[in-house]
Amino acid sequence: MKKTNRALKILAGAALALTLAAPAFAPAAAEDSIYVPLFTYRTGPFSGSGTPIADGMHDYLTMLNERDGGIGGVKLIVDECETGYDTKRGGECYDAVKSKNPVLVNPWSTGITLSLIPKASVDKIPILSMAYGLSASAKGDVFPWIFNPPATYWDGLSEILKYIGDGAIDKLKGKTIGYLYFDAGFGKEPIPLFQQLSKEFEFTLKLYPVAPADMQNQSAQWLDVRRDKPDFVVMYGWGAMNATAVKEAIKSGYPMDKFVSIWWPGEADLLSAGDGAKGFKTLNWHGVGTDYPALRDIKKLVVDAGKSLAPKDEFGGVLYDHGVYNSVLIAEGIANAQKLSGKKIVTGDDVRRGLENINLDAARFKALGLEGFSAPIKLSCADHNSHSAAFIQQWDGAKWVKITDPITPDTEHVQPLLDDAAKAYAEKNAGWPTRTEGCDNKS
Amino acid sequence: MFYREVGQFETSYGADMALFPIRQDRIGFALILAVAFVILPLTGNQFLLNSILIPFLVFSLAAIGLNILTGYTGLLSLGSGAFMGVGAYACYKLSTFFPEVNILVWILASGFVSSAVGVFFGLPSLRIKGFYLAVATLAAQFFLQWCFARIPWLYNDNTSGAIEVSTHTLFGLPVTGPNATPTTRYLVVLTIVVAMAWIASNIVRGRIGRMWMAVRDMDIAAELMGIRLLRVKLLAFAVSSFYVGVAGALMVFLWLGSAEPEAFNIDLSFLLLFMIIIGGLGSIAGAFLGAALIHILPIALRALPALVDLSLGSATIEQLTFMVTGALILFFLIVEPQGLARLWRIGRQKLRVWPFPY
Repeated sequence: MKKTNRALKILAGAALALTLAAPAFAPAAAEDSIYVPLFTYRTGPFSGSGTPIADGMHDYLTMLNERDGGIGGVKLIVDECETGYDTKRGGECYDAVKSKNPVLVNPWSTGITLSLIPKASVDKIPILSMAYGLSASAKGDVFPWIFNPPATYWDGLSEILKYIGDGAIDKLKGKTIGYLYFDAGFGKEPIPLFQQLSKEFEFTLKLYPVAPADMQNQSAQWLDVRRDKPDFVVMYGWGAMNATAVKEAIKSGYPMDKFVSIWWPGEADLLSAGDGAKGFKTLNWHGVGTDYPALRDIKKLVVDAGKSLAPKDEFGGVLYDHGVYNSVLIAEGIANAQKLSGKKIVTGDDVRRGLENINLDAARFKALGLEGFSAPIKLSCADHNSHSAAFIQQWDGAKWVKITDPITPDTEHVQPLLDDAAKAYAEKNAGWPTRTEGCDNKS
Repeated sequence: MFYREVGQFETSYGADMALFPIRQDRIGFALILAVAFVILPLTGNQFLLNSILIPFLVFSLAAIGLNILTGYTGLLSLGSGAFMGVGAYACYKLSTFFPEVNILVWILASGFVSSAVGVFFGLPSLRIKGFYLAVATLAAQFFLQWCFARIPWLYNDNTSGAIEVSTHTLFGLPVTGPNATPTTRYLVVLTIVVAMAWIASNIVRGRIGRMWMAVRDMDIAAELMGIRLLRVKLLAFAVSSFYVGVAGALMVFLWLGSAEPEAFNIDLSFLLLFMIIIGGLGSIAGAFLGAALIHILPIALRALPALVDLSLGSATIEQLTFMVTGALILFFLIVEPQGLARLWRIGRQKLRVWPFPY
């Protein structure tokens, strides 16, 4: 029986450890700082996409702390919570950070965003889902707490279709377009628009869903692509799915320059596919690289100081810069909130007002040390998105090359659908609150 | 010493057959219930209630369900995650068709839908056993998950493909949706889980449970004794799926608030299977212990570095948690292959004879 004795002791030890751990769930909130939680994923099948974004977000905010002592003289507490791109874990992170008075959350997963949207107005914590999440949440009058600048997935799709239709979607008549997508909330998001446009402009739409479990095994989908021979393939992929899709496209001999993706594939996804990936195109809305004063500051104060987890080749990559852009929006939201409320330590409600007043014009970007980094973006109470233009960039085997001027979204078709979707969302969720939050920026 | 049973006599059949025949056990159990019903809701913060206790209870209930099938009846199932999904989607459909009906009615009713689906997929169990049955239930897992993702009717044509829970009230208090406080939701889940665990522990001790165990130990012998395999096995599938289905409905309505088909994938089935294997096959308490180990232990481990002021970075903590949890699972299985419930039983027996072990 000696054996069980020992086991009992271990059990008792484990119980003790649990009791000891309990106070950790009730963290102390600092009085003289602003708490900015970052939901990130550096593990699991989505870490390939999640890690550079996490580094970009983290490094820009850390740089603000190092260079300016935070925002408006108030230090930021940058706290990462690992979600693994799992909706349940995202909810756990949300519960864990909620008691620390976060000024906003960045879910970095459409699934997590969808589950947090109803909570935002109750908990008074704004959600910044930068270019992902629910497209309909662009409408600030229905979703006062949700922000998804600078463009929705629907805007992105209309921009891609305009590009492959040589400037106008109606030139796609009679063509066949394949849609290869991540079969979850994110990839399904543009399908209603896609189907409507295909009916209206008479092109054939072929759907190739990739189940999350099959991300790294897309032979079935690409067999279908070979059979259907679509004129173009549009991809909405994430994590390991992007790299696999490019490899499979090369293997099945699909012409790379007819393969256009939304803004999520990174350099690593293409480098792993080798030379064959040359010609692959994605949508993007900001500059790539390190040639900006703000990024040089990050390099000097964060990366070289050993305060970043980003490896050398990842710094300044397209996904890293997505992360930086995300943090620019966070910082701008907080700075505006301080201005509007006159307080140094702002709350979630202040930051919501701050985000509604975002007006990043060329001069402001220059002041931030990001001259020419991105096109201007302006949000308002009604428009939480700005529906910005995006350009196409092409992979030349080693880096991205911008090949078009900014393409504006097809607002004429997207807007009515957006209005309907927002209305339908409010109707399906009976008791959806009508906007009572005040407005500082009506235009 | 802890278990001084001297003077406790059972003077009626009822006392002899009680769930907790020893007074000390009754006191201990009452204490646990008091802590769970009074102290935790009063002191717990949102994280404790919403991210630790509610999921723990939901997983416990699902593990009880799977334990009825696998632990008591010996029918291996890999489809429990999908049956949770059936419960959740059934509850979603029923509550959107008839929003004015009390949500608790629909949560329990969705158990019956799950039950019916479970019986259908349980039919092969009459011919095949063991790993072969596991493969048959695996088919159920994939088929049902495909349905959740591909039949728009199931998720009311939502563009995101996810199901979202709107607000429902009970006695005027919101119990689902964003306005429901974690305390309310916790108490509702706790009440349902305690009641259903009590019912389950009585089913498995009675005639039906004995038939299940007879089938588990040797189905031919059980058949020769006059047990009808068809009915008994399908009954096990029905009861098990009922529990799992209710757990699924609770998961979406009272814990997550919304769910994608991915939430009910094969990982969830495996998770439930690990819970009952580590907790103890054929034990109701084991379902709770297994759920605690699989769900709460990683959360506690993740909180440890912050507690001792060790800043490791979220990714490192995540990797360490995986490794330590895996090692602990191996450790517990080596120490006691029959699960934590068996460990508790041995410990309790030792306490009863302490300080004079024999």
